[in-house]
Amino acid sequence: MKANPQFYDYWPYDERRPKIQWPNGAKMAFWLAPNIEFYELNPPANPYRAAWPQPYPAIQGYGIRDYGNRVGHIRQMQLLDKYGIRGSISLSTALCEHHPEIIQMCKERNWEFFSHGIYNTRYTYGMTEQREREMIRDSMLTIYQHTGQHCAGYLAPALSHSEQTLDLFAEVGTELFGKESGLWQGKETGGIYTCDLFHDDQPTPIHTRSGKRFVSIPYSLEMNDTIAYVVNKVEPRRYGEMLKQNFDRLYQEGSTSGTVMCIPTHNYQVSCPHRLKAFEEALDYITSHPDVWVTTGREIADYYLQHYYGAAVHNIAEQHAAIGVKA
Amino acid sequence: MTDKSLPLDYMQYPERHYGMDHSFYPWSMLHQRKNIVWPQGKKLALWLNISVQFFPMDQKGKPFKVPGGMTMPYPDLRHYSLRDYGNRVGIFRLLQAVDHYGIKPTFSVNSRLAEQAPLLLHKLAQRGDEILCHGWDMDSIHWGNSAQAEANNEAALIEKSLSVLREFTGQPVTGWLSPAQNQSENTALYLANNGIQYCGDWVNDDLPYAFNPQHLGPHGKPLLNIPLSTELDDQFILQNNLHSETSYLQQVCDACDLLLAEAEHYGGRMLALNIHPWLLGQPHRIAYFEQLLAYLSSKPEIWLASGSEIYSAFSGQSE
Repeated sequence: MKANPQFYDYWPYDERRPKIQWPNGAKMAFWLAPNIEFYELNPPANPYRAAWPQPYPAIQGYGIRDYGNRVGHIRQMQLLDKYGIRGSISLSTALCEHHPEIIQMCKERNWEFFSHGIYNTRYTYGMTEQREREMIRDSMLTIYQHTGQHCAGYLAPALSHSEQTLDLFAEVGTELFGKESGLWQGKETGGIYTCDLFHDDQPTPIHTRSGKRFVSIPYSLEMNDTIAYVVNKVEPRRYGEMLKQNFDRLYQEGSTSGTVMCIPTHNYQVSCPHRLKAFEEALDYITSHPDVWVTTGREIADYYLQHYYGAAVHNIAEQHAAIGVKA
Repeated sequence: MTDKSLPLDYMQYPERHYGMDHSFYPWSMLHQRKNIVWPQGKKLALWLNISVQFFPMDQKGKPFKVPGGMTMPYPDLRHYSLRDYGNRVGIFRLLQAVDHYGIKPTFSVNSRLAEQAPLLLHKLAQRGDEILCHGWDMDSIHWGNSAQAEANNEAALIEKSLSVLREFTGQPVTGWLSPAQNQSENTALYLANNGIQYCGDWVNDDLPYAFNPQHLGPHGKPLLNIPLSTELDDQFILQNNLHSETSYLQQVCDACDLLLAEAEHYGGRMLALNIHPWLLGQPHRIAYFEQLLAYLSSKPEIWLASGSEIYSAFSGQSE
């Protein structure tokens, strides 16, 4: 075990970072990541983490998550349509098989699909490297087969990780969609960003063992509706206020250097009838501001890799060299 | 040393196919179903259920401690008597409020109250509002896979709960709410076999839906699930989430507004509220409940309905 995951170098959030400007001079890149998940009623037991607090069948926890797919999905989708937001879906990829109707609706809207594992009840804990690689590969292939998209991003299922998770994702992305794959599109399109790290409000370069250019895109645990509602037990109207306050500060700081705001959502939380109004008010507020680039995770990663990745790596090395240490 | 290796089937996905990963009910999206029309063209069915409960002090807590149950070493007088407060005092505040606003509730009742508080059950039965069976008591959880349910003799537990309640109240008792809204793999089947027409346990929808046809009752129709929202349950908001009473009121009103607006395009919707006399019946909370009733009763598009009335109105249209 390590004291520090060593995925990234310490890099202070101050004026020494290269100034980011998003397309058309935007100050902030705003993206919205609906988690569209499938939880199994009777998954095989993982010795590190129980899927449900009650013995099978845990119909309460299962039921409300099923509500997300049966009821909540369309509600949130209608709202995103209204405010001109394309979702970047953190997808339990087995949903392609279980509920293809939902996948179809997202495809019609040109939403992005990225991998959130196969099921949100299959944890990475205890997997050998080979098994985790298989699981990641299966999830990326499933997205490709059902949507034609080259999966660019990863959020580990139920945020369960190994030390190799990011390396494996980056490698499988290149194996499936890189130069040798037969599906090459002139640049790396698969396995280029992660949502698993919460260390910054701007994208940052991530070390991979293969040396692939790979970035972390801010995804925000704090603005995640499930964290807010289930873990922190926030009142719905307060959640709406938190979103606006988060936006206000990141928007203000974006004048200095472009920031990223993400709202990760779950249709079984934010789309409940007592919560949607607060969420809509926040979306209305955010999208009414000029100079906000309303975009997707992949587009942020692509733009950053193209324009700022090299400068960031150089800047990190330079700052360390200036005080006589190695990054 | 504990074995931390994954089971052999951890990378296998036998249920990875179209639809659900179980056989209780079919997959279906709410907004793609046929529009439902409630009686008199009303937009929103309001089902207000009051859960009338008995928490035994000698709680076994198997397979889990019921939320709201005993938490202290025996004898847990504080929780026993505070729950009993709901049945002695709180319920009468709630009754006064619903009667004042003309809102007809249903009562989901632990059958054991026939022995523990016959005066209360008698009074509730006399009102003529619908009574649902809420299981035997709050410590009699319905749980486990099929083999466990058989080993627990759950079929007999359901039979006893229903016969005691039917006999005491004289009502047919066709609705069911499990303690903690927990079910075993067999509960739905047993309920259908015992003449239950609908249960409120699964919270995966904003409208009723039918279970798969193997859950057929003697009445020849499959069991219906009429989701009794846990997200808007007073116990969930006030006791689990520790939200304020003001927020409780706002959340239910916001839900009401959203569902009413949705009903404009998608047909009838349903607002199913479950409340507890030991919570909202407290002196410092009852005013919020009254404000809620004032708000709901000010909406002419609301249809005040019992579970059975929703069952009948829905069954007639969904075939």
